[in-house]
Amino acid sequence: MSQRIRIRGGRVIDPASGLDEVTDVWVGGGRLLAIGPEPPPGFAADFEIDAHRRLVLPGLVDLAARLREPGEEHKATIASETRAAVAGGITTLCCPPDTQPPIDTPAVVELIRKRADAAGYARVEVLGALTRDLAGETLTEMAALKEEGCVGVSNAGRPLASSLVLRRALEYAATYELTVFIQPEDAALAADGCVHEGETATRLGLPGIPAAAETAAVAHALALIEHTGARAHFCRLSHTRSVQMIARARYDGLPVTADVAAPYLFLTDHDVGDFDPFCHVRPPLRTDADRDALRRALANGAIDALCSDHQPHEPDAKRNPFPMTEPGISGLDTLLSLGLRLVEEGVLDLPTLVMRLCTAPGRILGLEAIGTGRLLPGRRADLVLVDPDAVWRVTPEQLLSAGHNTPFMGWELRGRVTHTLVGGRVVFERRPERL
Amino acid sequence: MSGNLQLDAQGRLRHFLTLEGLPPRILHEILDTAESFAEVTSQQVKKVPLLRGKTIVNLFFEPSTRTRTTFELAAKRLSADVLNINIDTSSTTKGETLLDTLRNLEAMHVDMFVVRHAASGAAHFIARHVAPHVSVINAGDGRHAHPTQAMLDMFTIRRVKGPDFGRLRVAIVGDILHSRVARSQIHALHLLGAGEIRVIAPRTLIPVDVEKLGVHVYHRLEEGIADVDVLILLRLQRERMRGALLPSEHEYFRLFGLTEEKLARARPDVTIMHPGPINRGVEMDSQVADGPRSVILRQVSYGIAVRMAVMSLAMQAGPRTDETREAS
Repeated sequence: MSQRIRIRGGRVIDPASGLDEVTDVWVGGGRLLAIGPEPPPGFAADFEIDAHRRLVLPGLVDLAARLREPGEEHKATIASETRAAVAGGITTLCCPPDTQPPIDTPAVVELIRKRADAAGYARVEVLGALTRDLAGETLTEMAALKEEGCVGVSNAGRPLASSLVLRRALEYAATYELTVFIQPEDAALAADGCVHEGETATRLGLPGIPAAAETAAVAHALALIEHTGARAHFCRLSHTRSVQMIARARYDGLPVTADVAAPYLFLTDHDVGDFDPFCHVRPPLRTDADRDALRRALANGAIDALCSDHQPHEPDAKRNPFPMTEPGISGLDTLLSLGLRLVEEGVLDLPTLVMRLCTAPGRILGLEAIGTGRLLPGRRADLVLVDPDAVWRVTPEQLLSAGHNTPFMGWELRGRVTHTLVGGRVVFERRPERL
Repeated sequence: MSGNLQLDAQGRLRHFLTLEGLPPRILHEILDTAESFAEVTSQQVKKVPLLRGKTIVNLFFEPSTRTRTTFELAAKRLSADVLNINIDTSSTTKGETLLDTLRNLEAMHVDMFVVRHAASGAAHFIARHVAPHVSVINAGDGRHAHPTQAMLDMFTIRRVKGPDFGRLRVAIVGDILHSRVARSQIHALHLLGAGEIRVIAPRTLIPVDVEKLGVHVYHRLEEGIADVDVLILLRLQRERMRGALLPSEHEYFRLFGLTEEKLARARPDVTIMHPGPINRGVEMDSQVADGPRSVILRQVSYGIAVRMAVMSLAMQAGPRTDETREAS
């Protein structure tokens, strides 16, 4: 069922091609056919979408979204979360391998893809496990995982048994041109910590995770990336120095990229307050200085991509004394609006935000050529229409994710998705009264 | 924040979770009330009928004999019915959640929970989830707070040194990093206006940014105890003495253990305190522990009066109305 759609008069932005103008977008046969006032030859629209005062952007590409399926369906499902994704403007999301069982065989990859296809909302890309059962000892059959469609490999923040395992994993992944996604944390330094080792940890008597747990892991990984020449992506940076080290390595020619998750650009360890379990995240929220440095790094490109680090939980996961709660924030519903808030606060301009939310993550996943994260004539039509002026309050009723665990509950945010197209098909449309 | 959670609509003590954020008048009220109970406990008939008909549950998720016993005795001297429940956390992790445990006990019409738990924040969590008429007293949560211990220490200091904390220089020696007692003592001393608060320990036992709690940090005992009026030694957990935090008990005692010789640098009228139980030959030698400047046993006996004061005050407050109970 492929419809021909004219998207009329929106502000169309594709930063990689320098496009930012009010014009029309023509969609048909699942593809983006043309951008401009003139229809492609012989085009007869089945229907039109009025995009007056709307943004027309590439669909967002979220580098980290836990879907909880297979294995933790009491938290969320592929169907529930891919639906929340498209309502939040995300057309492609990347699922880390720490499902149950982990994504360490082609069968699990196939299962996830089938369920995502059946749901019919966002596209789901999959990171394969770096080691079997994520146990950090034996490499997975990465070639087979790649053949099944994995866009990269990762140990999802679980520790590796030794430096030698990391070295071999990088070498083996590089053999099959797989990017290794590294969530840098030195397990021994992090120990039983649950908040940033700083003033709040000291005040509340909570075991701390020092910033050095991240920088030590980044330095360690960079040394082996340099040695092996493997491509690597650093996930969920939380600390100023890690960003500087990665920027320096890139300047020196290493093939490395990095991302940050949206909550780290707004919250710090002070927000833990008196044991707020919704601020229990890994890595921990750090200092005001870190938050500001992460913002600057996102603006100047030292950090390539902005992601949600979506981790939906059932209510019981957060109903415990702070250290016993499960870490993580449900983020699909708020990613775009928090990004737009950065524009509003003057951190970066709108085209740069689109680069960080769409184009750069598409590149990191190796999917730019097929149009992921871009508005490219002839490529797949994954795009999103946004009313940038619509104001909404974060309430449980507004959240489509099965996880309502967000520290942004009650915040007033700007920017609402009105339509989302995946493969030229309207998979989400918000009724005007719900804007 | 914490202040609101702990007070009722009239500003009276409802829950006693931490000293941080409490108005100083509450601390003075606790100390003054404890004075009257200290007299009761020295009488022939040691009971008062203040909490007759009330049910108090000692809910201990972490083994403790001393603290639980003093809470139990305090409750009985106030004529309350007391139930001791010791829960092995290893079994609760399997099935029943902490909240389930709480709901089940609440159904038995409990008026107060005295809670000890290995996780920092446990008392706050329970206070946020109990029925509005129930009070929660923190008997120690992780490394966070042990406010009744700190208040009995303040009571001891006030009895020995008089009510003017402003002229006192107080030093806390030992494992500040893992100590809920130290954190509560620091808050209490601030609220009572202590002249200077010092912490003394090797760097492995000092939490980061501890200066922001308003203390001066010393790494040498000899320097830290100079001109000090009150010296509080913390218990050093045996498992922390060997490993990456400290090389050996021997070295700790040599550098931080209190002896008469090292005490020569302190003021002659210095008061020595310890929350107990003492590791003789680690935190201090026996000569100091049993010497004239030690008030360690007085601390224990004041513990009952202070806990009676906290319990009776918390039971006088009305249900909290400022905040609705969190949904379960």
